[in-house]
Amino acid sequence: MKLSIGAMVEPGSTRTNKTGSWRTFKPIIDVEACIGCGTCSMFCPEGTIYKVADKYTIDYDYCKGCGICAHECPVKAIEMVMEEE
Amino acid sequence: MQEELFAPGHRGCAGCGAAIAARLILKGSGKDVIIVSPTGCLEVISSPYPESAWKVPWIHSLFENAAAVASGVEVALKSLGRKDEAKVIVIGGDGATIDIGIGALSGMLERGHDITYICYDNEAYMNTGIQRSSSTPYGASTTTSPAGKVSFGENRPKKNLPAIAAAHGIPYVATASIAYPKDVIKKVKKAISIEGPKYLQIHAPCCTGWGFDGSKTIEIGRLAVETALFPIYESTEGKVTSVKKVKRKPVEEYLKAQRRFSHLFKIEGGEEELKKIQDIADSNAKQFGLDQ
Ligand code: SF4
Ligand code: SF4
Repeated sequence: MKLSIGAMVEPGSTRTNKTGSWRTFKPIIDVEACIGCGTCSMFCPEGTIYKVADKYTIDYDYCKGCGICAHECPVKAIEMVMEEE
Repeated sequence: MQEELFAPGHRGCAGCGAAIAARLILKGSGKDVIIVSPTGCLEVISSPYPESAWKVPWIHSLFENAAAVASGVEVALKSLGRKDEAKVIVIGGDGATIDIGIGALSGMLERGHDITYICYDNEAYMNTGIQRSSSTPYGASTTTSPAGKVSFGENRPKKNLPAIAAAHGIPYVATASIAYPKDVIKKVKKAISIEGPKYLQIHAPCCTGWGFDGSKTIEIGRLAVETALFPIYESTEGKVTSVKKVKRKPVEEYLKAQRRFSHLFKIEGGEEELKKIQDIADSNAKQFGLDQ
């Protein structure tokens, strides 16, 4: 990456760092059970849960597997499962 | 879909409360802002050279002078006649705000700059190895206030910066917690809409420094509010205008969930210290009328 004078860098360029590799447990949303409240998306420290047509979906490129989404979902629609190789 | 102004890929720990605070602040402020951040966790995790998590103009100051740098930015916007284009916001940790930068902050508040100063309060110096700050609460064990045979941890009460800020007679002071995201967003919106200096302190639990599982960041934040150890309120020109009432829980529920307080449940005399912490909560509840 080239830096300009004053060391200005590309906005949002941490995106090049895929933190999904940090994950031990993976959150899986049960779309049938999801009521679309958005709680998970609001609390995710990575901002990596997006609304897609009334339901929510996780971008696993960045999810670190913290489990906040599963812990806070009011209808327990998210399950944390062990990552496989 | 609302655009994420704080991009993923940042280096915050899994379950980072400061990252949640940054996301919520930007949801409240929108993109027409200039953010100043002093040294601290948020600065470290969001700007690993040569990357940036920020999708808004952002400048890193020294540890002690974020409020002074922000004052310069605000005055520059004024003299260029471009004040309508962006709101100036500082986002700093408790170390930079409540310890190191308090002089510059007081100057900023006293000179009347149109700036919203936001402290995300994780109650110690976290990225450097969990050293106590003046915002560390009574009884917490940190690497520089370690609990052991001769000490039960931090022996001074948490410094009350919202009260110090309010004593400047500024138009808006508020506290909030990331556990109540709509309240954070609402207060950020309100703060930036008011002309003059504003101070906001947002409680942001730190799983690494406080010692709890990263999935519980929000739960712990909620317990701090529900036990009245972190009272949520707004004040205008030094007068409290609104408080978040709670159905109060005993402080043990909050304390026992964190490693930094675990010694209080084991050491001799721990019970007495627990009682002192309950007294702090009771006095907060009384002062702000927090009980439902
Ligand atoms: S918190 Fe649960 S119910 Fe709400 S949007 Fe997320 S998965 Fe769906
Ligand atoms: S596990 Fe954590 S990082 Fe992953 S989507 Fe849920 S809240 Fe976000």
